[in-house]
Amino acid sequence: MITAILFYLFAAILLGSAAMVVGSRNPVHSVLFLILAFFNAAALFLIAGAEFLAMILVIVYVGAVAVLFLFVVMMLDVDFEDLRKGVQRYWIAGATVGAVLFAELAAVLGGWKLAPSAGQLRMSPVPSGVSNTVALGRILYTDYVFLFQTAGLILMVAMIGAIVLTLRDRKTSRHQNIRTQTERSVSETLQMMSLSIGAGTTASGGYLRPKEPEPEPADAHGGHGHDDHGGHGHGHH
Amino acid sequence: MYDFFHNTDTGIVLLTFIEALALLVPLLIGVAYLTYAERKVLAAMQLRKGPNVVGPFGLAQPFADALKMLMKETIIPSGSNRLLFLMGPMLTFMLAMLAWAVIPVNDGWAIADINVGILYLFAISSLGVYGIIIAGWASNSKYAFLGALRSAAQMVSYEVSMGFVLVTVLLCVGSLNLTAIVKAQQTVWFCLPLFPMFVVFFISTLAETNRSPFDLPEGESEIVAGFFVEYSSMSFALFFLGEYANMILMSALTTILFLGGWLAPFNMEPFTWIPGVVWFVLKICVVLFFFLWTRATFPRYRYDQLMRLGWKVFLPLSLVWLVLTAGVLMAFGWLPNA
Repeated sequence: MITAILFYLFAAILLGSAAMVVGSRNPVHSVLFLILAFFNAAALFLIAGAEFLAMILVIVYVGAVAVLFLFVVMMLDVDFEDLRKGVQRYWIAGATVGAVLFAELAAVLGGWKLAPSAGQLRMSPVPSGVSNTVALGRILYTDYVFLFQTAGLILMVAMIGAIVLTLRDRKTSRHQNIRTQTERSVSETLQMMSLSIGAGTTASGGYLRPKEPEPEPADAHGGHGHDDHGGHGHGHH
Repeated sequence: MYDFFHNTDTGIVLLTFIEALALLVPLLIGVAYLTYAERKVLAAMQLRKGPNVVGPFGLAQPFADALKMLMKETIIPSGSNRLLFLMGPMLTFMLAMLAWAVIPVNDGWAIADINVGILYLFAISSLGVYGIIIAGWASNSKYAFLGALRSAAQMVSYEVSMGFVLVTVLLCVGSLNLTAIVKAQQTVWFCLPLFPMFVVFFISTLAETNRSPFDLPEGESEIVAGFFVEYSSMSFALFFLGEYANMILMSALTTILFLGGWLAPFNMEPFTWIPGVVWFVLKICVVLFFFLWTRATFPRYRYDQLMRLGWKVFLPLSLVWLVLTAGVLMAFGWLPNA
């Protein structure tokens, strides 16, 4: 009873948000509705007892793929006026593609035949005695290991392809060499000097600071050169 | 009574509700005192006194702050997307609370002891980024947006290596259930044999919770306060609470995965007298102290350094360690047979 109510609730939200993905004006809202749709699909998986699939759906699609979608869509500078003009111009082409797709889908659906054992399978999605994850693992890594690994390989080729296409080593870009930075030691960068007070200040006339205008010239020699600001003398090296 | 709570629909719903309350109320008090502890620890490390005026030792300070936040006006910027603007902080806070449903605080003390507990936690923590992105976008401010972008990139990057660390632990356990993960550490806590992964995981949790030294999303020296620059009053407080609740959550996760959860350090007399939940809380406190210690010690990472650490150091390291663990378990026949 509760399960049925939850199913219809989630299914209704799923369909509604899927419609809003296409229907909403703002692309960011579309992506957010897409995320809602993913969520409800995960909830439906949970109701069907496929807890592992539900979690993976949330982790992969909501946690990673949709984040990147949102990332890109937010960066787009979309002019809604232009978008509406485009709809008026291209609606014939769009409608034709849509109609063909719909016809194909209808044809597929018309020729759909359920395997005789499918009805029983539906009632027990999980083999008894083992958890969902174990059951999936046993099938994936035994009977279908070849297909599974092939799918992984194809994904990796796609990933490497994307990297190769976008990675350009620009000669102008500067790189930070972390290793040389961390291997720098104090001894090779810092030199400690011990200087007598006032040493090397002859260029500025024996003074550590520019000579201030004094009212009494007789007092000038003794005071300034030997005060405790002697440390400034290092600057002259 | 037992029959009512376990065998009738109303009873089960009521029991779940009571359980959730029994977990969330201490959690929120914990969050409040975490802010106090943070200020006190930082103060001690910087030779200051910290809050000491409101109440004895300043203990009422968190509640004074909360009241102050409540009294303030909620300002919604005129150019913002109103609904999403308010949804962002709520989402952050809700997700931080939601994850606690599967955390076992003691043997059998989990609200939902589900089979795929660790995946659930991973899923919920990866959703945390939405609160931030939505807030950054809905604010319609460039600082908020920059903060949100940084945060999204950062959280997605560190999730990858975190996932591999989780898989390494799961290999040693043979189950996705959190209770089973803790029970697998009866003989030795995983922080010893998997020490490098423990370090990687802890640093990744720092990045995942946007804590210093990875607090670039809010980097106040460059982008003011990042994604929550436009927020005030309760909407800001929700972000704040969410961030601290996430810190506690990540500490709990570290405790469960590497520090033996509710188990006593040694399975012998004087240690086992103390109830498991006390051990659990103590361990969380130790991990949280490391969070605060890190904040007081390290300067903020530069953005490219952050990305380099995530993708070029942690990812290969955790990947190699995963293969190594699998190899060792296979070679010595230690694979858990689930």
